[in-house]
Amino acid sequence: MKGLKLSPPLVALLLAIALFFLGGIVRPGFANYSQAINIVRLAAFLGIVSAGQTLVIISGGEGIDLSVGAIVTLGAILVFRIVDGQNSMIIPALAVTLLAGAGIGAINGLGVTLVGIPPLVMTLGMAGVVQGIILVVTQGELIGDPAPLMSTLISKPLIFGIPGVTFIWIVFGGLIWLLLNRTAYGKQLFAVGVNRTTARLSGVRVPWVVVATYTLSGMLAALGGFMVLGFTGSVFLNLGDRYLFPSIAAVVVGGTVLAGGSGSYFGTMSGALVLTLITSLLTALQLPEAFRLMVLGLILLVLLSVYGRERGLRQ
Amino acid sequence: MNTIKLQKLTFRHPYLFALALLVIALGVNFYLQPNLFEQRVLSGNLRIFMPLMILTAGQAIVIMGGGIDISVGTIVSMVNALLVTLITRDSTAAEIILAISLGVGAGILAGALNGICVSFLRLQPIITTYATSFIFAGIALWILPRPGGLMPSELTRLYRANPLGIPLTIWVAAVLILLWVGLRATRYGRYLFAVGGQAEAAYATGVPVTLVRFSTYVLAGIMSALAALALTLSTGTGDPRIGNDMTLPSVVAVVLGGTRLSGGQGGIAGSLIGVVILGSIRNIISFANVPTWWQTFVDASIIIVALAGPGLVRLIRRRGQSS
Repeated sequence: MKGLKLSPPLVALLLAIALFFLGGIVRPGFANYSQAINIVRLAAFLGIVSAGQTLVIISGGEGIDLSVGAIVTLGAILVFRIVDGQNSMIIPALAVTLLAGAGIGAINGLGVTLVGIPPLVMTLGMAGVVQGIILVVTQGELIGDPAPLMSTLISKPLIFGIPGVTFIWIVFGGLIWLLLNRTAYGKQLFAVGVNRTTARLSGVRVPWVVVATYTLSGMLAALGGFMVLGFTGSVFLNLGDRYLFPSIAAVVVGGTVLAGGSGSYFGTMSGALVLTLITSLLTALQLPEAFRLMVLGLILLVLLSVYGRERGLRQ
Repeated sequence: MNTIKLQKLTFRHPYLFALALLVIALGVNFYLQPNLFEQRVLSGNLRIFMPLMILTAGQAIVIMGGGIDISVGTIVSMVNALLVTLITRDSTAAEIILAISLGVGAGILAGALNGICVSFLRLQPIITTYATSFIFAGIALWILPRPGGLMPSELTRLYRANPLGIPLTIWVAAVLILLWVGLRATRYGRYLFAVGGQAEAAYATGVPVTLVRFSTYVLAGIMSALAALALTLSTGTGDPRIGNDMTLPSVVAVVLGGTRLSGGQGGIAGSLIGVVILGSIRNIISFANVPTWWQTFVDASIIIVALAGPGLVRLIRRRGQSS
């Protein structure tokens, strides 16, 4: 393995392609054009939700955001209610949703930096608070309607049968790449992730970078909620929960180390593709739920042992 | 000078803040529920806390050793499914003991799988135990596809016992704390803190880091199985998803109890106090007549404030000093 230097994102991407054709062999008819488009579409939602998670994990300091699931739900419910079937309300609804997500993320960031609460429990507690806000605001009644333009632009085929969310995801990926590699924030984020003390000594305002990162994570999760609504067209109270741990898994499968300081969004995008493929494949095999869960767990373990390993103590 | 003393005190007794929180929470709880300390109400409350207490003790060991176990709740589900399938109303005592041993054995195996992946294969704990949680959840569903089963009433009555007039949960908590105090004094206890605090330094000084890490997950597996036993006796029935929602509260309880998530420090007593605080907050909300739709929000907000407590105290102290 030593001579072979494949970057984890590339491995994940190759794995995704291999899995797709393996699916075609195991289940004839799986590996066709429309299925490929469908998988990329589903992966796009997970990918967008995982973007903020990527940033938070790169920032290090045990960084993790367990509130993304709840924020996805809140985002979708807010847009659902504000838009209420009118195309003209999409932009205001998106603005309100992004602001709400950013606000929640900012509280996470302040709790982590200013008060010193460990990210895991801070964001977990925040997930509870957001869940609580959803219940208070909706009182269990989910009134609203998605705008027709949303499903046209997000989930319906746009060009060559490819839905809009795929293009949005590619542009979005480019923007995150720019943010990470071509801005001062990106450089500071990696510096903070590698070592907070040296970052501080070289003039990085560490708390600000961390707060900005959690704020971005909240905002991007809310954007994910907007996108998911464009796909599902309806909302429910635990809509976002199924994205929470997969968002972390996508980041790790994409080669970003949980200790922080290194990683890329390209990796997370490949990770999201791999995870979505595995779940689609297992669904296509029509295994009973018990076995589907066991196989999913085993595959995740194998994936992690391929390149999710930490350095040995001897090294 | 004073701050240094306080820091030393909180370092040596990390559960001091938890103890203060406990007194406040129980005080408010008692004000809203005046019969709280009557034997019947108290032991009823404690019975509800017992499964999470046992589970949290296991989680605390893993966290002190520098890891985390996201799969403990699904191990509870798995062992619960196993117990209700093996034990029926006409099981003999020998069969029941065999079933419980098998349940604990399943817990050990599950913990060993986690331990092998995290310590020998060096996979990242949070995401590894997330992956194994699918395996355990799948096995639970495979053993018991839908909720059902009935425990013999002799067994469930045993769970309601108050030996020597003291609720069973107090006995269990006392045993857990005594075991921990004993364990902490041994070489293993020192190794545990060394591995959780500074794994590299521990390795350099000859601590068997891999083995100690492995053992924490096995211990968590055993505790999860025992928590499943308590839960099964408490509900008297089985549900393949019953424990899944217990994982995250177990982590919160450990942190509330003064154990740092970064490892190398902490204790069991604080973690058990953390469980009682969580339960007490629930009680307060239900007795304070908080409107139904507000309950989740109030519950989560109080937990965040409680988590923020030590940090806020430090922050105010620093402000006070600098001015």
